[in-house]
Parts: sequence; structure tokens; C-alpha cells
Amino acid sequence: MVRLLLRFSLLVLLISAALRPAWASLEIEITQGVDNPTRIAAVPFGWQGNGLLPEDIAQIVSADLSRSGQFIALDQRNMMSLPTRADQVYYRDWRVLNQEFLLIGQVIPNGQAGYRVHYELYDVYKQQQVVTGNVKAAANQLRDAAHLISDKIYERLTGIKGAFSTRIAYVTVDSQAVGGERVRLLVADADGHREKVIRESREPIMSPHWSPDGEKLAYVSFEGRRPAVYIQDVRTGQREKVPAFKGINSAPAWSPDGQQLALTLSKDGNPEIYIYNIAQRQFQRVTRHFGIDTEPSWSADGKSLIFTSNRGGKPQIYRKELSTGRIERLTFEGDYNARGRLSADGRYLVMVHRRQGIFHIAVQDLKRGRLRVLTQTELDESPSIAPNGSMIIYATNDRNKGILAFVSLDGRVKSRGPVKFGDVREPAWSPQ
Amino acid sequence: MQLATLFKVSLLGLALTAAGCSTTGGGADTTGSADASNGESAYGAGDRAMLSAEEQAAADAAAEAARAAAEAEQLLNITTFYFDFDQSTIKAEARAALEAHAAYLVQSGGNVVLEGHADERGTREYNLALGERRAQAVASYLIALGVSSQQIETVSYGEERPASQGHDETSWSLNRRVDLRYGS
Repeated sequence: MVRLLLRFSLLVLLISAALRPAWASLEIEITQGVDNPTRIAAVPFGWQGNGLLPEDIAQIVSADLSRSGQFIALDQRNMMSLPTRADQVYYRDWRVLNQEFLLIGQVIPNGQAGYRVHYELYDVYKQQQVVTGNVKAAANQLRDAAHLISDKIYERLTGIKGAFSTRIAYVTVDSQAVGGERVRLLVADADGHREKVIRESREPIMSPHWSPDGEKLAYVSFEGRRPAVYIQDVRTGQREKVPAFKGINSAPAWSPDGQQLALTLSKDGNPEIYIYNIAQRQFQRVTRHFGIDTEPSWSADGKSLIFTSNRGGKPQIYRKELSTGRIERLTFEGDYNARGRLSADGRYLVMVHRRQGIFHIAVQDLKRGRLRVLTQTELDESPSIAPNGSMIIYATNDRNKGILAFVSLDGRVKSRGPVKFGDVREPAWSPQ
Repeated sequence: MQLATLFKVSLLGLALTAAGCSTTGGGADTTGSADASNGESAYGAGDRAMLSAEEQAAADAAAEAARAAAEAEQLLNITTFYFDFDQSTIKAEARAALEAHAAYLVQSGGNVVLEGHADERGTREYNLALGERRAQAVASYLIALGVSSQQIETVSYGEERPASQGHDETSWSLNRRVDLRYGS
């Protein structure tokens, strides 16, 4: 009987592991935060409507802010009072609990349209309101409303735009799937919730990249047994194939204006960077070298491209000025620097860097030239910068499984997603 | 793969017929040569003495051809070729097998797909390029040996299709490879 029970519970465990989304928010583990994180208490929002609210706004905001590593949110069970209006706030309740900020609010029914969410943020020590506002949300948009409130609070208290209302695209591989390996391209909220399958295949899917309006993904699929670039609308699922040639068709990167894709084609015999004009369906060659040129990425102003090349013997990152054609090498430290991504202000270059045989995520200050290794894990790859420039999401390995992890651009905050059933890889952070 | 096996059989047949044609007593000699190659010559020594010098030479040639065919068949069974990290240079030990594949392709006029792969270290897109480099290195080698570029197709899977799932040097060395596949 005991055995049977054990077997049953094992089965339940296995099933729940299989059903778990690629990286559920509650399991994002902060492995390193800032020295003195801001203490904030988010009180459960009031609700006068019928039935139960489908989402706990305060809980979502608490999780968002905590995940940034810059805040510690008070557990709701430790609260001494649960105010939902200004006249119910007793500051001493929160001073006793050593809280610096207090968030309260209400969810108000808004007819057929859904809800209106009202929020107020207070400074406990100054005893004054810091920010207040209203967010309208359709019936299925309460999570969006919560993330928007997180963005407002984060921006107000740190001076940096929040990136909680963003999404992450990523690829999972289930090698144990019935009938052989199953590869999925997925999109989820930045907290891992509301995961949605964008594309499923038995052949590899690679290199997802968001259009600047956040509506489309460009990615590489081997579904025709050859790599080809596809552009797919995330909402409607409608997609188009970029004209493909013999050899490699890969590494798509949207231009900041969304009109063009930089990509790698090897139709000339070896990998070269091209720019594809989406409306005109025309290609323009950018690089001309017998070495490997790949992994293009645009500067925020669209005036230059950075790319990986082994033209100097080893993979390093180069920049090409599109108007002048001038090419300059950006990385000099170490013998493997690849897949560069520039911060929005163009100052920082994030890349995969090999040090003593191990692949890490590193950042180089292009003004001062200094390179800094940000991660201590192994086989780190595919760094993608949050639109607010504060965090990097990347793929790494844990117990032989691919997982997603985060590190702040300054290296102070680190967190990681859970080890999942199957492999997670190639995260791409959506634009704002 | 089936095609390759078929070819191997026909290659063996060809070798034997070629050897047999140069003699007057075709059928019997072929049997004799097969015996010789099986190392049974000691038992057949009495019969051997009956053969003329010319017939003996033909039998030896046939045996040699059969041995060569068997060797070629063995080499044709080697369809995976390995590479060093971040390298696309064909290793010396791969050459004999590639020469056998080249001979087969020249003879058959068939098509081949060369799939280039990389280990998981380094970035995915760079590895895709590296896999293509490896497939192209094998293609160039085959072309240098007389295979038409029209017969060869290269495709790179980068690090997306590892042969071994491990995360150590043993697995990595198995994953840095080109798989040669005969196709339609």
C-alpha cells in the first residue's frame, strides 16, 4: 500500500513537473540582490464587485518588484492592517514593520468593459502620498494592470522606466516527447505567466527576435529541413517566409524602424550579413569577407550594425557604420566574444565571452573600453537586454538542463528561473 | 543508406567480374578466388596446382579486387567525420573513408547530403556558421577527388542536433562532426 502510494505520488510529481510552464514566476529565485533593497508593503486591493477577483494585484506587484532585486516586498500574512483607502492608513503599523513604502488600492467594476484599478503609493516615513493613478483593464487584463502599476512604482522610486509590462520569447526543446524531439517557440509575460505557443516543430527553431512594435517575431526554423527566416505575427499567428537561399538563412535582427531585417546568408559561399527590406523584398549585402560574419544587431539609431566575425582568426565583435562603410573592431579582451547586443543608449555592449574555457555573459563599456564578466555560471548564452536597459535575460545550464536567468547590467542583481522539464533557451526580451 | 548498400554489393560484383573477364574459365575461377580470400587456400592446394600460371594470376587479381572491395565497403560504412573545437580542418584519419565515398560518388553519380554540426559551446549562430564550414570542408575534399559539386548538398544544424547529449569533452568531441547521408 505504501509502495502504491509512493508510486502514485511520484506520478503526480512527474505530471506536475511536466505541466509546469517553462518558468513560473513564483519560482524565480533571487540569488543576489542589492545591498539595501527598498522595503515595500503591497496590501491586497479592495474589491466591491461580485465573486472573487481572478488576480491578486498586490501579489503580482510584490512579485514584480522583488524580482528586480531592488525591492523586498512584505508578506501579506505579516501585515497588521489591510487598508484599501487613504483614511484607513495608520503609518505606525508600517513603521513597526520597518516598511519604507506602502501600496494600497481598489478594483472597481467598470460595467461590461471590465475593471478600473485605483492605486496609491505612500512614503511611510514622510507620511505622504508619492504617486496615485487609475488603470482601466478589460476582464482578462488584470495582470496587465498590475504590471503597469509595477512600472509606475519602479520608475517613481528608481528613476528608471519599469520593464514589467514586457514579454519574453524563448525556445523549449522536449527531447522525451512522444514521436521524437519537440521544439516550441513560446511567448510569456516577463514574469513567466500566460505562456503561449507561437510555433511548434520537430525540427530546430532558433534566434527569435522581436519587431520594435512588439507585434511580430522573426525567427529561424528548419521545418523545410533547411534553415529559413520567418516573420510571424504574435497575436494572429499569421506568418511569412523571408525568401531563402542555398546555405544559411539565419540570425534575423529587426532594424529600429521595423522596415528591415539584418540577417546572415551564406549564398555567396560563406556567411555574410545582409539587410532585407521587408516591404520591397530586396536584399542588400553589408559584409564582404571570406571569414564568418554573423549575428548582426542594430544600434538604436539604426545607423550602424554590430556583428560577430572571425576575420581576425577568432570570433570578435565588429561594428559597421552603414553610411560610410567603415568597419571597426570593438572587442579585444579574450579569444571568443560573440553575439553582441547594444544597450539603448549605445554605451554598453553585452556579449558572450569566453574566459578560461568557460562561456559567460560580459558587458563592455564602449566609452571606457573596460570589459566586465557578469555571470559565474557555465555555457551562458543568448543575452537579451530589457528595454529599460537595467536587466539582461540569458540562457544557462543547470543540472544538464537549459534554464533562463537574469543579471542586472551592473552585475548587482542576479536571479534565475526554475529547472524545467525539458530545455529552455534563447530568450528574447520584447520592446517596451 | 539503402542506396549505398546496393552500390557496395554491385561494387563487389563488378570487381569480381572484372577479374574473371581476363581469364578463359570465368565461373570456376571466381569461386576459387572467393575461397582464397576466405583463407581456405591450404585445403584447396591440390586443386590450385592444376591451374595455369595465367589462371593463377587472374585468381590473385580477383582476390585482390575482392579485398579492396571489402575494404571500400568498410570505409563506406564510416559516415561521420569529427573535428577539433572551432576548427573545420579534415583530420588525417578521415581521408581514407572520404576517398572511398568519393570513389563511390564518382562511380554512381548519386547525391549526397553533408550535415555539419558543432558542439554546444559558443553561440548558436556562430556554431551554425561553423557547422557549415565543416560541411563545406568535406564537400571541397570530395570535389577535389572528382565528385561533381552538383552531387553535393551541404546543410548546417549548428549545435541544434547533438549526437551525444552530455556536457563534457567526450560528448562535445562526438558532436563536432559532419554526417554524410546518401539521398535521392
